Amino acid sequence: MLRLLLVGAVGGAFSALFGVGGGVVMVPLLMLLCGYGSRAATATSLAAIAMIAAAGVATYGALGEVDWLAALLIGIPALLGVTLGVKVRARISAVAISRALAVLLLIAAALLVVHPA
Amino acid sequence: MTAALIAVALGIAGGFIAALAGVGGGIIFVPALALVIGLSQVSAEATSLLAIVPVALLGTWQQRNTGEVRLRHALIIGAGSVITAVLAALAASAMPEDILRWLFATFMVAIAARIWVGAERDAARGRSAP
Repeated sequence: MLRLLLVGAVGGAFSALFGVGGGVVMVPLLMLLCGYGSRAATATSLAAIAMIAAAGVATYGALGEVDWLAALLIGIPALLGVTLGVKVRARISAVAISRALAVLLLIAAALLVVHPA
Repeated sequence: MTAALIAVALGIAGGFIAALAGVGGGIIFVPALALVIGLSQVSAEATSLLAIVPVALLGTWQQRNTGEVRLRHALIIGAGSVITAVLAALAASAMPEDILRWLFATFMVAIAARIWVGAERDAARGRSAP
């Protein structure tokens, strides 16, 4: 119980600070602290993310930082993208795509820090 | 209208690539919202958080019969996250934009490294990870 609350506390901080789900920290923590296997850790963190992200959205929403239309325009079509991605991933090796994404993220990270605010 | 179409395309492509690489959508949505749509860093993060809610709900729903979703534990984790999530959102909003950008960029480099290492492992195994 205490360990699960701790996983949530760390996940919540990461999620709201970076605008992400926080699965990247919660999955390894669930495996390390709570004896979860990787599939159960991924699935359970996904269920928790819906609540964690909602807590962050409520706070940012109160501060007027959420672009509601953009979120809908991205979040709803993303359902299609994710569904297709999960199907394709079961059939092909995504190694090349993963490497390309890693490079793309590095380029985007560089652009973000030189980007005029 | 054009901006709306770009957002829709980003949603589909971002969701597709994230699922293929085995990461969440947020790490793609935040830089896309900041660099392509032109939101401030804090608004990009706030908006990404809302965009991932339907994705997380669908993923959970699709796995409901696999026995892998421990819903009671997820509720406890969710409860444990509330205070830190609220504090982190307040901190991110109060932080100078430049600092938040640097923090996020550092986080992206860490995720990129993790994706790269994961891809190497999958390549060594000769197949996509489960």
